[in-house]
Amino acid sequence: MSEVDTDSEFFEPETGTLPLDDWHSARGGRMVEFAGYWMPVQYEGILAEHLWTRESAGLFDVSHMGQLFISGEGVEAALEAVLPIDLATLKPFGPRYSMLLDEDGGILDDLMVTRWNSGFYLVVNGATKWDDIAHLREHLPDEVTITHLDDSALLALQGPKAAAALERITTGEWPLSALTFMKGGQFKIDGVEAWISRSGYTGEDGFEIAIPAADAARIANLICEQPEVKPIGLGARDSLRLEAGLPLYGHDLSPEHSPVDADLLFAVNKRRRSEGGFVGAERVLKGLADGTAQVRVGLALEGRQAAREGAEVYAANQKVGVLTSGGFSPTLGHPIAMAYVDRAQAAVGTALEIDVRGKRLPARVVAMPFVPHRYHR
Amino acid sequence: MPRYFTQDHEWIDVDGDTGTVGITDYAQGQLGDITFVELPEAGAAVKKGDAPCVVDSVKAASDVYAPVSGTVIEANGALDSEPELVNTDAEGSGWLFRLTLSDPGELDGLMDRAAYDGFVAGL
Repeated sequence: MSEVDTDSEFFEPETGTLPLDDWHSARGGRMVEFAGYWMPVQYEGILAEHLWTRESAGLFDVSHMGQLFISGEGVEAALEAVLPIDLATLKPFGPRYSMLLDEDGGILDDLMVTRWNSGFYLVVNGATKWDDIAHLREHLPDEVTITHLDDSALLALQGPKAAAALERITTGEWPLSALTFMKGGQFKIDGVEAWISRSGYTGEDGFEIAIPAADAARIANLICEQPEVKPIGLGARDSLRLEAGLPLYGHDLSPEHSPVDADLLFAVNKRRRSEGGFVGAERVLKGLADGTAQVRVGLALEGRQAAREGAEVYAANQKVGVLTSGGFSPTLGHPIAMAYVDRAQAAVGTALEIDVRGKRLPARVVAMPFVPHRYHR
Repeated sequence: MPRYFTQDHEWIDVDGDTGTVGITDYAQGQLGDITFVELPEAGAAVKKGDAPCVVDSVKAASDVYAPVSGTVIEANGALDSEPELVNTDAEGSGWLFRLTLSDPGELDGLMDRAAYDGFVAGL
């Protein structure tokens, strides 16, 4: 037996290791290459880890992601010239979702932007971080400094019991419970300075925790000593974010798509939709005015057979779209998918078919998230 | 009843000219949680190396190759409602399909248990 649709690669740069590399291996993590690093795809099994995160709390190592600090004279205006964000409405210490766009309005990356005291803290995707830095450097003036915080590890603790587990080991000027969804602050965990925001990518309540790489193993141990917490690999991270309807860069988002057809207009803040003035604004504003041919939708499949990225979507005999993500939903017990489909076929309830190896699987357009978010607002 | 193994991690039990095919316990461990099995229809003719069966896990879909040529007699219908049998009992009740062998000589190229265990230990 062998994996279906495996891409061959002619050239592979050397795979990097992250601060918790030994820690994952010691805990039985099965290490795979992802975004240029060795990362754990699973520990005890994707299904068990997925369900554990939904009912208790899971610790994810997301240290492959790029943490950047942007500062200097005129940083605010300079950043607004790049990102479709309204920084005038961005209060300190609360992360906000935004995007890097190319000149044609195609999505280069999705990211989080947080206002710190002397600049802006960005968290970008791991596979795209080097290109992101180059893009930012190209579009930001020399007075603005980009600092890659590559001595910082990033953990995510996600699940309904994440708050109880983390609060027990966290100290700060205010209690951790003072944070609501998309708020952050400086705390200490076992004496270690930690930037913590109440955010994540599973649809559950939870936190993202930036700590010095040198302390990462000790802090990860301490968090996993809490009875609510188990370490969770990339496999469950993917199935959890899919159930939450959250797009994954490189799959559901790419330069081929703009924030309009990706149905992520909230990333283009209100003032910027009328004013423009950011990289890629022309296509975004045109898409807003005229609509786009296709749009990202959620699909629920009947039966148990999953359809995956690349599978074609049909309405009768007409091809109307392509899957960008898909898999079995452990929470729902049936397969789900994201696809870009023609707008005429995008209404919730539309019956479609997905071609999987010559077989047509019935599917229906459904609202996302597939599994309701449980953020602490 | 002799059991043979392939380098692609299938097993086949042979009884006269009838073979029962499954994937090995090592294979199910690599695949992880199995959510669906696409089984061949009775009567289907398969050639050695064809992929008459696909095993879907939470992670990915994987082809299962026919260890030998023949005609499918039946598939394991229990897997329609309980695909996880392939995880819990890959080399027993999690079998995939039975076939009538058209060329028993093809078994000569397969491994026995000891050879397969040695092969897996070297992976």
